[in-house]
Amino acid sequence: MSAEKYMIDDYELVVGLEVHVELATATKLFSASANRFGDEPNTHIDPVTLGLPGALPVLNRQAVELAMRIGLALNCTVQPCTFHRKNYFYPDMPKAYQISQYDQPLNIDGWLELPGGKRIGVERAHLEEDTGKSTHIGGTGGRIHGSDYSLIDFNRAGVPLVEIVGRPDIASPDEARQYVTELRQILVAVGASDAKMEEGSMRCDANVSVRKAGQPLGTRCEIKNVNSVRSLGRAIEYEARRQIALIDSGERVRQETRHWDETDGRTHTLRTKEDADDYRYFLEPDLVPLAPETSWIEAVKAALPMLPRERRARLASSTGAPADGEAVMVVVERGQDDYVLDVASHGADAARALVHVKEAYAEQGASPTVPAADLAAMITMETSGKLTSTQAKQVLAEIVAHGGGDAERIAAAKGFEAMDTSALEAMVDEVIAAQADAWAKYCAGEEKAMGALVGSIMKISKGKADGKAVTALLQSKRQSA
Amino acid sequence: MAKVARLARLDVTPTEIDRLTTQLAGMLEHFADIDALDLGAVTPMTQPYPLVNVMRDDVVVTGLDRDEVLAAAPAAEDGRFRVPPIVGLDS
Amino acid sequence: MAIPSTASSIAESVRRGERTATEILESYLANIERREKDIHAFNLVTTEQARAMAAKVDADVAAGRDPGALAGVPIALKDNMCTRGVPTTCSSRILEGWKPPYDATVVTRLAAAGAVFVGKTNLDEFAMGSSTENSAFGVTHNPHDTSRVAGGSSGGSAAAVAAEFAAASLGSDTGGSIRQPAALCGVVGVKPTYGTVSRYGLVAFASSLDQIGPFTTDVRDSALLLEVMSGHDPLDSTSIPQPPLSLMSSLDQDVKGLRIGRITDLPGGSDPEVEARVAEAFAALAAAGATIVDVELPSMKYGLTAYYLIAPAEASSNLARYDGVRYGLRVESSDTNSMYGATRAAGFGDEVKRRIMLGTYALSAGYYDAYYGKALKVRRLISDDFARAYQKADVIITPTSPIVAFPVGAKVDDPLSMYLCDVFTIPTNLAGHPAMSVPFGTGADGLPVGVQVLAPTLGEAAMFRVAAQLERSAPGGAR
Repeated sequence: MSAEKYMIDDYELVVGLEVHVELATATKLFSASANRFGDEPNTHIDPVTLGLPGALPVLNRQAVELAMRIGLALNCTVQPCTFHRKNYFYPDMPKAYQISQYDQPLNIDGWLELPGGKRIGVERAHLEEDTGKSTHIGGTGGRIHGSDYSLIDFNRAGVPLVEIVGRPDIASPDEARQYVTELRQILVAVGASDAKMEEGSMRCDANVSVRKAGQPLGTRCEIKNVNSVRSLGRAIEYEARRQIALIDSGERVRQETRHWDETDGRTHTLRTKEDADDYRYFLEPDLVPLAPETSWIEAVKAALPMLPRERRARLASSTGAPADGEAVMVVVERGQDDYVLDVASHGADAARALVHVKEAYAEQGASPTVPAADLAAMITMETSGKLTSTQAKQVLAEIVAHGGGDAERIAAAKGFEAMDTSALEAMVDEVIAAQADAWAKYCAGEEKAMGALVGSIMKISKGKADGKAVTALLQSKRQSA
Repeated sequence: MAKVARLARLDVTPTEIDRLTTQLAGMLEHFADIDALDLGAVTPMTQPYPLVNVMRDDVVVTGLDRDEVLAAAPAAEDGRFRVPPIVGLDS
Repeated sequence: MAIPSTASSIAESVRRGERTATEILESYLANIERREKDIHAFNLVTTEQARAMAAKVDADVAAGRDPGALAGVPIALKDNMCTRGVPTTCSSRILEGWKPPYDATVVTRLAAAGAVFVGKTNLDEFAMGSSTENSAFGVTHNPHDTSRVAGGSSGGSAAAVAAEFAAASLGSDTGGSIRQPAALCGVVGVKPTYGTVSRYGLVAFASSLDQIGPFTTDVRDSALLLEVMSGHDPLDSTSIPQPPLSLMSSLDQDVKGLRIGRITDLPGGSDPEVEARVAEAFAALAAAGATIVDVELPSMKYGLTAYYLIAPAEASSNLARYDGVRYGLRVESSDTNSMYGATRAAGFGDEVKRRIMLGTYALSAGYYDAYYGKALKVRRLISDDFARAYQKADVIITPTSPIVAFPVGAKVDDPLSMYLCDVFTIPTNLAGHPAMSVPFGTGADGLPVGVQVLAPTLGEAAMFRVAAQLERSAPGGAR
């Protein structure tokens, strides 16, 4: 499904996303302190975490396992790799260097497929350690600027991160949102991370540049401090427009890092390229190379769960709904696709199951409490005409509220009886006779006249008539009239 | 040399810069002896002993006592390390 | 009966109940009391802790518990090894008074074996130097002639054993910092194969070169200490996954049939007396049945250059953590960036600053390939040279130091000349091989000369075998 290229004025957008993901390990990347969020400050510390003299790093095997899951889920090649030191000074960086991966990362050359089918290249996904957290005291809004002093908590220092570097194949704010949403689902599906942007376990930086069609790449700016998927879209849009305005007025875009401010909806200069540190990368002498055995890589690959894209395809083919349509996307994102298929396996119509789950199960989570058989029974009543779609929704609401229920019993209790076809036809004939004018107009082609007829039928039936069945009857009678 | 001192976060006086520049230049001149070597086909040696795949299990081990650590810190407040305002640094 | 004076004899006598750890300790403390003010081997004498440790050993013996293989042995620790609750300063103002919250692995292992720690010894600041004159807390004097240096960087540990302040001590060796002071002070000093002794808790200087090793009065004691200290440590990723070294059996073997390498292209310029002692060493080994073979190490002369690019580069990164944030000295400033610059300027001495600058430069953008990158390749050449040499020889013999102990102050204004002290020791660190210095007679002014025995990776058995023979054949009589 190809869409028209997204443009702002005459400009195309070129966007590359860098996503940092905190891994869901029990301990940190290079030491055995707990990897936990939200505890009292500096309660998960050890000589390695604090960068004490004499401390040495030892790699966490589970972090490697999870990093490989991410790489393989993103179609990367897993390769022998090394660790490097990235040297720079900052108070939350305890050793004044970060152990990361430089020219030989663990995962390379993969891609992520957006729901619509477009592939976004993944250049690499490598392991590195997280920094501590600084809180700025004094000043306004907890910002560094104008603060009196800062306090550092090293609980987060050393937590394992995977940095996923996407190629600049993203062409619109919407594609960026889709990329991050899909990536998040993949990360959760493989058990690598809970990937919550609002909590910081997934962080996204965007590299944005603009150009007119056919021109070489423009100067890019890096946007930081984007804390939600929605902000990501807004920030990219703002930044693109900012750059376009500069270029249109004859100025040049300066290559720099900019800070997204959610409250004023703008990006602001953080630092220019000239201020950037020389990281003096060199191979980490306290660690040895990592070369996962083929058997390990194969085992991780084989154990990968069904990924969101496959789930959507499976659900789409079972229900006939489009794989990138809202119903399929939402239900898979909630993790309720297995449930829908389960309901269908009890004999219910899969397409109706999909619609009902999408609409009624927003609060249910990945393991709905309602037994699949119960929902299946309700749907069967609906499709066999025993319940109108309105009645079906009401019965379902009650089933969901009670975590299950017998659809027949609930329908009876609500007085939803089946209106059989002959009774319905008799009612329709009665109204046709009573409203001869409306019927004549309708037969002459005035579609609006049907409204009055249907209204009357619903009144006589006290709402029990099924709107669709009534319409169908009127149409067929008109045809044969 | 001043740029190197900044990278290394070492405050140096102009006199010291001059002295260091002279000394380092002298050393680097001495070290130029390796320029004569043909190193094209030589692989760098980064490890004295060839180990690979050293890893540990993902099991929590009790760490350090916060009070003991903060008692040795230059400044602490509220269970955290206290530093002057962070200005002029990359984050 | 005289107080036993070697680690082995002390441990044996304490284990047998012939002597108490306490009485042995007191005799060493008395030596310290008498001569430490002239020698300054220690940054800190830990009298109370030592007495407590000795008392515990005695209690174990009295209760019939095994007191350990080093029961009651007074041992001094170089002040760059973390000792929990006891100041570990690296002889630097930037760590003055800092008490680590944890013990180095070697410290734990020695303590578990019943050792008694008498103190933390002086060193060149952060182990950078060859004379202990770079210490922020004063120089250590050579017990044989206090107007001269004890060598470095582990000068304090070498002097402590030479002056009988401890029966053994630990040092660290990055470019010769155990072996050179051992030679200058007339004691045995060993740098084991890289990876055999854990570096966890050793304050890092150059991570790919540093190793911890013992100073002792005889070869047997070094073997004993290494057996206790060595072996895999899961806290050190570069630790070789193997059990502790087993060395005792090598000590009584003869050297018949062993091939002793003599480097024909060894850099010259050593003291004639030093060269004479080394020649005698070769002769003694030949007389004992070994074969002397010629070997070449053409890249050896580039070792100094490679070392003085690699070591400072790694050090510049290892020492970046001393920033006044979490521990150590802090010079209060209006902002963090200023605090870094002011703290490090005030806390580091000249030699440390010099090496940090050199190392930062060697790694910086645009210069990596020309300096650090090239140095790593030279390292490979040296390693390959050794590999070829060890096909022909089982061990190699050289002087440890080209000169005997020099007067305090003689070399401080000429860093390059100081660096040349390590010309024979540096290549071993680059290759990761073991080497040790054995006292072998004297040189000019009656000052000690050390002969260096080099061996290939994990070749400690052959190395100790030869060292034991050298000790037996040393001028001035065997011990």
